Amino acid sequence: MIAFLIKRLFHALLVMFVISIIAFAIQDNLGDPIQQMVGQSVPESEREILREQLGLNDPFLVQYLRFAGNALQLDFGYSYIFNQPTTEVILRHLPATLELVFATTLLIVLLSVPIGVYSAIRPRAWLSRFFMGVSIIGISIPVFLTAIMLIQLFAIGVSWSPFPAATGWGAWLNDLVSTEGGMPAYGRGNPVPVLGTWATNFASLEGLTYLVLPAISLASIMLPLFIRLIRAEMLEVLQSEYVKFARAKGISLRRIYFVHALKNTMLPVITMGGVQIGTLVAYTILTETVFQWPGMGLMFLNAIQRSDVPLIITYLMIVGLIFVITNTLVDLIYGLVNPTVKLTGKPA
Amino acid sequence: MALLDVNHLDVRFALRRGDVQALRDVSFSLERGERLGIVGESGAGKSVAAFSLLNLIAKPGYIAGGSIQFDGRELTQMSDRALRHVRGHRMSMIFQDPMMTLNPVLSIGEQMVECLKAHRRISNREARAIALNKLEQVQIPSPAARLDQYPHELSGGMRQRVIIAIALLLDPDIIIADEPTTALDVTIQAEIMALLLELCEKHNVGLILITHDLGVVSQVTQRMLVMYAGRVIEQGPTREIINDPQHPYTQGLINALPQMATPGSRLNQIPGSMPSLDNLPSGCAFHPRCGFVQRADGSTRRACIDEVPGFVTSGNCRVACHMVAEMLERERIPAEEIR
Amino acid sequence: MTTTTPQVASRWSRFRGSYLLYSFKRDLIAQLSLVVFIALVAVAVLAPWLAPMNPYDLAQIDIMSSELPPFWVDGSDPTYPMGTDAQGRDLLSTILYGARVSLIIGFGAVALQALLGVSFGLLAGYLGGRVDAFLMRLADIQLSFSTLMVAIVVGALVKAIFGGATFSAYAVPLLVLIIGLAEWPQYARTVRASVLAERSKEYVDAARVMGFTSRRIMFRHILPNTLSPIFVISTVQVANAIIAEAALSFLGLGMPETQPSLGSLIKSGFDYLQSGSWWITLIPGLMLVVLVLVINLLGDWLRDVLNPRLYKG
Repeated sequence: MIAFLIKRLFHALLVMFVISIIAFAIQDNLGDPIQQMVGQSVPESEREILREQLGLNDPFLVQYLRFAGNALQLDFGYSYIFNQPTTEVILRHLPATLELVFATTLLIVLLSVPIGVYSAIRPRAWLSRFFMGVSIIGISIPVFLTAIMLIQLFAIGVSWSPFPAATGWGAWLNDLVSTEGGMPAYGRGNPVPVLGTWATNFASLEGLTYLVLPAISLASIMLPLFIRLIRAEMLEVLQSEYVKFARAKGISLRRIYFVHALKNTMLPVITMGGVQIGTLVAYTILTETVFQWPGMGLMFLNAIQRSDVPLIITYLMIVGLIFVITNTLVDLIYGLVNPTVKLTGKPA
Repeated sequence: MALLDVNHLDVRFALRRGDVQALRDVSFSLERGERLGIVGESGAGKSVAAFSLLNLIAKPGYIAGGSIQFDGRELTQMSDRALRHVRGHRMSMIFQDPMMTLNPVLSIGEQMVECLKAHRRISNREARAIALNKLEQVQIPSPAARLDQYPHELSGGMRQRVIIAIALLLDPDIIIADEPTTALDVTIQAEIMALLLELCEKHNVGLILITHDLGVVSQVTQRMLVMYAGRVIEQGPTREIINDPQHPYTQGLINALPQMATPGSRLNQIPGSMPSLDNLPSGCAFHPRCGFVQRADGSTRRACIDEVPGFVTSGNCRVACHMVAEMLERERIPAEEIR
Repeated sequence: MTTTTPQVASRWSRFRGSYLLYSFKRDLIAQLSLVVFIALVAVAVLAPWLAPMNPYDLAQIDIMSSELPPFWVDGSDPTYPMGTDAQGRDLLSTILYGARVSLIIGFGAVALQALLGVSFGLLAGYLGGRVDAFLMRLADIQLSFSTLMVAIVVGALVKAIFGGATFSAYAVPLLVLIIGLAEWPQYARTVRASVLAERSKEYVDAARVMGFTSRRIMFRHILPNTLSPIFVISTVQVANAIIAEAALSFLGLGMPETQPSLGSLIKSGFDYLQSGSWWITLIPGLMLVVLVLVINLLGDWLRDVLNPRLYKG
């Protein structure tokens, strides 16, 4: 266990080192703090003095070490847009993103496992074929387009009357193909404050309605991916010798599916989950943009558009840290589920 | 009535281009405590026969006809639930490759206890006690520690011992062993076979041993079947068949054994290879490879090519071969002439 | 000339008798997908000749006819069968031109990824040791960030370095570069896995014993055997690259509105969704989805048929 953790920690440090180099390179090349501090009117000689004072003329390595030292204390300077320490800005935006990701993960986990398992157990059933068909369409629709369609359907509404409204049936059919709209699709509404800067959408029904469309959008692209993966892995496992042997032992089918097969199916799915965390973060940027969800993704995009370099760097470092932590957690979970992985560090 | 009675069993595989018959008219029986060997090349239908007994043939295979009577009950008509009660309980199986047979993510103990609990109402503790007892019987070193270990921590030979222990868990009437030693090291093969034989004798368990190893069959079993292209072509007491094979194919198999060849000369191979099941030759499926057909006279030769041979009785054996039938006929006529 | 003809003929007849063709003839979805795909590529390539208007030509744009709906909605103008966008451009024309841009970037980026990924994968798999460790660690890190994330960050940086105007002027090659750089690990890992599997096979030993150079072994012996996984990945990657381009454009990090791709069309239309002009965003959206969907369906079919050993995880 300790050896495993040390190995993971080393890997994590390496990744964070690479990210910090990239972040520093960005800062070094893009951000001219003098420009931001004093504006155009200050003459070059004064700027040079300021540069010297701030250590901007020091060798690269010295500057990097200073940057890394500050980074370890979570000090990345001030955001130009907000005129606040960047870490504070990020912390304020973090809860919105985390809640969106949490709701999405909940949707993915609750739906992908039963649907994936069902389509593997009954591959020829029409419902399975339906799920697989919807999955491939789902994968082919970019997340922002799903979001736009959901807004059109459920926030704006569609009134369509292809049938003659005069007859009773026509009006009923017109109602069927039209949607009402009215779902909130802009921002978070009024989340209930919980602690400090953290306000939650989970505490009220109204808050939850604000989560619905963004969470479905974000899930729409990951869910089919996991359904297809679970189905493919489960199909493979069901062909295995140990499943045949379990049947020869007279074990009930339910136990074979949900203990023997599912546990083995989940191993590659867990690995895939780790890989997909990064994708999920990328998709939060898109989803938050469409719904103006005030999370880190929207903040990052604003920072890019207004060249708020310190904020961009802080976002990259914090997201990198989140990746590293979640990937380590995923590896730990994998090791706990899979007995062939030695967490103890003893030679196998 | 025998403990197990298989009659005219037909198994087919429903493929897109039509059904392929994997087993054709297979009949045999097994008495309580008897040991039966099923021999043949790979693809002859040995494993299909074994798996069809418990209706465990993988899709798209299905039992198309015939009957399997076990202890007076018809298995082919049984509901899945009732059949599940037979599987692992009255009839258990040992698979070919121990590295693939145990579930990698469940401990040995779990895999043994679940089998006991599927068939008996007992507590976990009782189940573990029985499991431990069986692990001791298969002479695994430090059996108590094995219960909490996972398959990957055990060697192939040890895993096969665990699988034998699982097969014995519920004191079954019959164990079906599908090439139980093929995947093991040669040095361990004999050990495992001896263990299996000893346990079957001790507990009076019937054994259906599927193998292509004639040596093992002659040492372990009392009766044997020889299969070719989905059919039984010869069956009877093992000793008689090994010592005096009637069917040209069986003769070929025994002649092909390395110990039958003169040292320094080539091994006596049967020419050609087994036909695929979806493209069987007419008549006797073996006729294109049969050395006797070329030498046979007109009418017998035509029979070999056109007619599927039925069984004839020769001594204690039953053989499906036109040549043997003709020879028996010839022996019988002179006997009548003398009288 | 005469010597090559029989070889070509035999290759053609081999293809005609192949399982690939056999299963294609039996799969209606694959056939439909291919037909739609070819049709879409054809109209995109021929856009300058097919499109009623040139959306890049400001002289042809009439701001008075902006936000006109498509032909089946009341208030449409027969000159613009798919309606017009907010700037008064004919939507049908912009979509054809946009699909062209999306396809160019998609295929260009995949060609670059494949070039980088296959070379790195071959190197890593064949040389092993430190080169392998370095390249694969790099691939791991990049993959753990997800390719889209890398593309967004790189896109943002490139835009910040070059400034908006320069970026817009060179948007197509820059996007090819960004998406190509972001996605090479997919190829590299698969090719490396295939190389490792192939390298242990006897024919490679045989080639080495016969004294062939490692470069010759790599390109003449190993590479052909890794082609089927490369082929399967490429279909998925083209779909991914088109989606990635659309995503970047949607975030304002891609094609400018003056030279729109499908993604930037969707973005520019999104602002008018609330005012009821849904077609500006949803019709290009539909085009994008159909394009990506048929590529994915073809990819699924190929994977089922070729069933290569793909890198998992």
